[in-house]
Amino acid sequence: MSYGLLLCIISIGLVVTMGLMRVVNLAHGAFAAIGGYLAVGLLTPLGVPLGLAILLAVAAVAAFSIAVERLLYVHLYGASELDQVLLTVGINFIVVAGLTVAFGPNVLPSRLPPSLAGSVDLGIRAFETYRLVVLAVGVIVIGGLWLVFERTSFGARLRAAVDNRTMAQAVGIDVPRLFSIAFALGSALAALGGALGAPLLPLEPLYPFKYLILVLVIVALSGFGNVRATLFVAIFVGIVDTAARYFLPESGAFTLYVLLIVLIVWRPDGLLAPRSAR
Amino acid sequence: MTGAVSPFLLRHRLRPLEPVWWLLAIAYFFVFPEYLAVATSVLVMALFALSLDLLIGFAGVLSLGHAVSFGIGAYVCALINLAGWREPITGVLASGAASGLFALAVGPLILRLRGLPFIMVTLGIGAIFYEAANKAVWLTGGDNGLPGVTLDPLLGLFRWSILGQTSYLYVLCWLLVLFYLARRIVASPFGVALQGIRENPGRMLLIGAPVLRHLVVAYAIASAMAGIAGALSAQTNAFVGLEVLSLTTSIDGLVMLVLGGIGRLYGGLIGAPVYMFVQHFAQQWNPYYWMFLIGGLLIFIVRFSRGGLLGLFDSLVRRVGQGHGDR
Repeated sequence: MSYGLLLCIISIGLVVTMGLMRVVNLAHGAFAAIGGYLAVGLLTPLGVPLGLAILLAVAAVAAFSIAVERLLYVHLYGASELDQVLLTVGINFIVVAGLTVAFGPNVLPSRLPPSLAGSVDLGIRAFETYRLVVLAVGVIVIGGLWLVFERTSFGARLRAAVDNRTMAQAVGIDVPRLFSIAFALGSALAALGGALGAPLLPLEPLYPFKYLILVLVIVALSGFGNVRATLFVAIFVGIVDTAARYFLPESGAFTLYVLLIVLIVWRPDGLLAPRSAR
Repeated sequence: MTGAVSPFLLRHRLRPLEPVWWLLAIAYFFVFPEYLAVATSVLVMALFALSLDLLIGFAGVLSLGHAVSFGIGAYVCALINLAGWREPITGVLASGAASGLFALAVGPLILRLRGLPFIMVTLGIGAIFYEAANKAVWLTGGDNGLPGVTLDPLLGLFRWSILGQTSYLYVLCWLLVLFYLARRIVASPFGVALQGIRENPGRMLLIGAPVLRHLVVAYAIASAMAGIAGALSAQTNAFVGLEVLSLTTSIDGLVMLVLGGIGRLYGGLIGAPVYMFVQHFAQQWNPYYWMFLIGGLLIFIVRFSRGGLLGLFDSLVRRVGQGHGDR
């Protein structure tokens, strides 16, 4: 469950950049990895408490992503998919190389502070404290996002800009700035997922490529740009993955991929999309 | 009058610079006889990039899972060989057919998708095949791969030498034949229809072109060609490992193609040697600088040089030509 929620946090970030902004953002995992590395590899060893380290890492990634968006992504809006794929894969390569140079090629061990390392008995059975924390943060973040998108003027303006950029600009919405903020938000969510998930999804330099497929598939299944659907799909994927590992250990990630491909081919617009939409 | 004919239709005419590439490839054989093994793998990757060009550059189908076709060819070739059939040419043809059949089976399902879902599915299929090959140790040897591919003399005449002279020329011949085929395909009505689909699938559908069938056929051709490249890699390395199926192989092919120039057939042929040459030296220096370099290169190409190296060359020629025209 907490695994599903983690995937969900990262994927929702990607839904923002990819689903709402229509950019094939294959570099999303890179932002998650940077967040994770900053929090676990840099700040925690310096003695910063984990919670603060995660917040700082998220802020740093958000700032960094605005720079990247202004420099590179602005040229991608409306460009061909090939360009988008190439450029974001290029970013992935650079981040992988950078992380390796900075932190070495091995999996980064992440130590939990003792207060989070134990487990709590909730009556039904004992749960690892950290997983519960992840669960709580996940619920709060997702709930908050839903509010932002559906209930605030920022969300409304963003959706307007995505639907009809020219019209949005004509009514006085500063679309480039809006997109920068949205991109920073998406990347910050990735960083949060990466940092929070470090103990569950091990950090290694190839992280940007390793979880790419999983996260992308969640976004595709949720129908590009639907926060609620992403939530369901991500949790579903988390459960299926865990169940498959538990019941069919020898087939590994295999079951999941087959299932996901069948689902995409069956419902290319997303699992929860109404059939009549096509 | 020819000015009015679309440049698409002139593609099959031989242009003056074209034989240069092939002459250089033959010259290499005599000038660097001690480095033929590396050059052979360059030719294999050039063929792989060429197949990807048919798919991406001409049909506009952006696949990130083309390594699957390459890998199927490689494994089928090695398995046929290890089962006792050592004749090289039929082995390659059978492997190409296997990859083509795979595309015919999968294509009708996945080519309905476009854009992001399609990219995702190709990534997913790549991951599935990699996982499957990794788990099916009894068939593929898993992590250890399949060593010990041995071949009968080519056409019963030429032995496979240690320095790889036979391999080099053998792969070069395959490349020439398939390149010629690719040229013919691209210039044929079918090829022109593909480019129409690339530019505007909706409109092609409206004027009555069987879009899905065209795409499936193009995918099958590209896949068979990639399978042949995979089979050649199995034969010339005498080994097949899991990496033939990995995402890295797909991305390598894509980067080579884009580096050389996409949608112009020679892109892969130029890109593969440049890419592998730079890779060779950068990796001796420090393997991670290589990733920096390639990432930077990709970003640079997207931002500043759409046509890759060939595009740069073209605009250079044009500029020089204009300079002469002014005088």
